[in-house]
Amino acid sequence: MSDVTSDVIAIIAKKKRVDKPNVELSDRLEELGLESLDAVEMIFDLEEKFDIEIPYNANTNSRTEFDTVGDVVKAIQQLVDKKS
Amino acid sequence: MNRVVVTGLGAVTPLGHTVADYWAGLKQGASGFGPITLAVTPAALSQKIAAEVKDFEPLKYFDDREISTLDRVSQFAVVAAREAIAQAGITFDMPLSLRTATIIGTGAGGQTTLDDSFRRVYQEQKTRVFPLTIPKLMVNAPASQISMHCGLRGPAFVVVSACASATHAIGVALQMVRSGAVDCAVTGGTEACITFGTVRGWEAMRVMAPDTCRPFSRDRKGLILGEGAAMLVLEPLERARARGAQILGEIVGFGMSADAADLTAPDLGGMSRAMEGALIDAKLTAQDIQYVNAHGTGTAANDSAETKALHQVFGEHARKLAVSSTKSIIGHALGAAGALELVATLLAMRDGIVPPTIGYLGPDPACDLDYVPNEARALTIDAAISNSFAFGGLNAVLAVKKFS
Repeated sequence: MSDVTSDVIAIIAKKKRVDKPNVELSDRLEELGLESLDAVEMIFDLEEKFDIEIPYNANTNSRTEFDTVGDVVKAIQQLVDKKS
Repeated sequence: MNRVVVTGLGAVTPLGHTVADYWAGLKQGASGFGPITLAVTPAALSQKIAAEVKDFEPLKYFDDREISTLDRVSQFAVVAAREAIAQAGITFDMPLSLRTATIIGTGAGGQTTLDDSFRRVYQEQKTRVFPLTIPKLMVNAPASQISMHCGLRGPAFVVVSACASATHAIGVALQMVRSGAVDCAVTGGTEACITFGTVRGWEAMRVMAPDTCRPFSRDRKGLILGEGAAMLVLEPLERARARGAQILGEIVGFGMSADAADLTAPDLGGMSRAMEGALIDAKLTAQDIQYVNAHGTGTAANDSAETKALHQVFGEHARKLAVSSTKSIIGHALGAAGALELVATLLAMRDGIVPPTIGYLGPDPACDLDYVPNEARALTIDAAISNSFAFGGLNAVLAVKKFS
């Protein structure tokens, strides 16, 4: 598991509201019980952790780009790669 | 119980600094949006667009000495209150002055002063801030300043409930005039929240649209911040009649509720209860209403929830309602929004013209009512409601009737 993957999973695991021992890439954020405020807080944690800016609008993105944990990992990886 | 009528209106808005300018812009569907200029370093912000009150020159309204005591939020409040009082044609001599309330809504108070002070102490490392920092930024300042500038000596305070502040304030003023606790009220809302720190805070919420606000439309991307003030003079009908005042409309109902649920997500139950409460208080049925000035922020969540709540409260009649969002034109002025929108509602009723929801691209399946898209419409309105639903789950709705 890459650093980004484990860090993202750790951040999402902190926000999840369902009783599920392991967060997996295929998990949908909605199924993990992440409500809109949780998602916004998660994005903030990710930005702080990786020192990146994630373009995210709760009105639109929640329905598309950030569907699964894997989607989040992919997006963060791209932003981290772009930075370096 | 007194019937309560409106005899004066005042407004400072992104469309102009008088009610006449505001109403002309609303009817045209003119956009109040433009680049953010009020933040100290707008270039550093991700959000580029807001609905600012443009070309507002405090020196036109106040002298130097007064300006040093007035945050922008209080300047707007006093200018709008003076206009409303001038239209009402009231002089607040004794004993009326003692019997006139000043009940004002604001969400955030003196944000410009706060932002300036923080910059001085944290960024510039200065050891002192301006002497009147505290009385300028205190959230009650707008009510205090109106009472002082206009000579109103009755009950005076500020009501705070985020985006519903003004509607709650006007509702409280309505109850005071209705019960006879006071003989007159100057009431409304004011906000001047477009500062670097505040915009940053709203950016962090991830609910702002990058381009424009499209309430109830497909592809809507969120809200746009606005600012401004609107004030109303409320009087008992008998008093207004006795002095031959021009009556602009009657405020007949006020409903309030708390969601007791999520901090930011809208709640169907809370919205519905506030609307039903206003109708019951007004002794109106759903079928009596022709126009709803919606909360309509342009966020995905609010507009679909508000639509559902309208279906729930109005049943089949919901489809016959004209529903429009003033925020599509002047953005979301938070604690002033309810007052600006009640002024729009009263003028729509007086003139028989519904201001449009602009920026509307087409229907969203979750928003299936008549939102008066993009163009104003002639409509006879006998009764209307104006909705305000705040973060924190605090809801307030006012009902108005044409005076006859």
